Amino acid sequence: MTFTDVHTGYGYDDLPRLMSLMTGDEKHGPAATSTLDVVWVLYDRVLRVSAEGAEAPERDRFLLSKGHGPMAYYAVLAAKGFFPESLLAGFGAYDSPLGHHPDRVLVPGVEISSGSLGHGLPLAVGSALGLRAQGLSGAAVWVLIGDAELDEGSNHEAIAYAGAVGLERLHAVVVDNASASHGRPGGIAARFEAAGWSTATVDGRDHQALYEAYTAPHPGRPHVVVARVQGKV
Amino acid sequence: MDTMRERFASVVSRLLDDDPRLAVVLAEIGKDGFTDAARAHPDRVINVGIREQLLVGVGGGLALTGMRPILHTFASFLVERPFEQVKLDFGHQGVGGVLVSAAGSYDWPAGGYTHMAPGDVALLDTLDGWTVHVPGHPDEAETLLRDAAAAGDDSVYVRLSAHSNSTPRDIVPGHFLTVREGRRGVVIAVGPMLDGVLTAVEGLDVTVLYATTVRPFDARAVRATTEAAVGGVDVVLVEPYLAGTSATAVNDALADRPHRVFGLGIPRRELRRYGTIDEHLAGQGLDPGALRERISAFLR
Repeated sequence: MTFTDVHTGYGYDDLPRLMSLMTGDEKHGPAATSTLDVVWVLYDRVLRVSAEGAEAPERDRFLLSKGHGPMAYYAVLAAKGFFPESLLAGFGAYDSPLGHHPDRVLVPGVEISSGSLGHGLPLAVGSALGLRAQGLSGAAVWVLIGDAELDEGSNHEAIAYAGAVGLERLHAVVVDNASASHGRPGGIAARFEAAGWSTATVDGRDHQALYEAYTAPHPGRPHVVVARVQGKV
Repeated sequence: MDTMRERFASVVSRLLDDDPRLAVVLAEIGKDGFTDAARAHPDRVINVGIREQLLVGVGGGLALTGMRPILHTFASFLVERPFEQVKLDFGHQGVGGVLVSAAGSYDWPAGGYTHMAPGDVALLDTLDGWTVHVPGHPDEAETLLRDAAAAGDDSVYVRLSAHSNSTPRDIVPGHFLTVREGRRGVVIAVGPMLDGVLTAVEGLDVTVLYATTVRPFDARAVRATTEAAVGGVDVVLVEPYLAGTSATAVNDALADRPHRVFGLGIPRRELRRYGTIDEHLAGQGLDPGALRERISAFLR
């Protein structure tokens, strides 16, 4: 899919307006905004991916596993020029590519089709293995999961395996808005740490803290950033 | 003669040497066959441990980066346990891969129902676009595995079995083979059921089609055998998995002609017996004697 009316001169301050095109107002529920800063800092300062290079084999991959509430994700992709903002108003409509769960076949820049929880981290593990097997050792794989999504057993299979084999190019960011009904004793990072991951826990609204956590060196180990945001009310 | 699973390990190990796009993903089961290949290609022979959801997810992830993953474990753990992963991590992502199963419906009767998956092909029938190969001999397994590995980005299921015919046939992937011709009906024998079917229909005036690729279903071959039929057409399916799995495919092939279809295979009810493959075939009404009786009764 190619667009002729893509605009790329957007900044963080434009995101509320872009989101309002989908939601109808500039105040959104936690599900919509919990990932906003986390995704923005990644696309703005960390990921080596751009609209022009959206198919480049060496690009970094960002996999949105927590596919529900994708408005912040769509807003960031529009802000970064993957598609024009004119698409946002159609959110969820029959003839729009932007669904309430993203479809990689329909949306430029979307790496996985998600919505069903617990698929992104295993797909990210496979992607990291696939890039390594092809000698694309510079490309990083990032996957965003929710704290309640961590309950899915498939994630625990992936966490244990990735830690055991030291999958260095794999990165996870867990957006923790305390939505799991049965949380983890000792916190989320402890679960990853026990499996051999490098971990950092930060304020999910603090851009500098996120950036530092994202870019912390983690030789020989996968890395997880737990981004704490305000809980659901 | 080696088994289909042994042939799988040796053939795919060689394919890994030739095709840098291929990767094998295992969940402990079958890893011994890939010891040398893992040493030669440590990044492309991946054992994720006893983690079948991850097995399929990793396959999808490999495919997303442009590789062609070959996944292997028992059918129960490859198709049934992680079925949503098969549905979403391949089809919904718009990528393909090769699933290679073993144990099937009755390969290890002494192991009981936990290691039987007679519903695997029917489950895949709920998804779009899967090619399904059911070899009846290790040589045929090799042909079909090579075809699957080279099938671009297609999604392919190869169902290996310890149950085997005595001799290989000259099969062409995707096509049924006419083994014998007759006028009173058509019997479609799938994979390892061929030997039993041929014994069962001795002296009966029927056509026998041999199917080692069941999806897509070779509708043209079925129609061709019925061109000369006057009036109605009788078709008997003998499948090594859930009875009637391909009945819809036969109905679709013959939608514009009067016909009857009889689906033989594994019933839904659990047999709850251990023992051997031959004892299970008899217990399921699929040994040559039972087949003859059931086919004759249907054809009248």
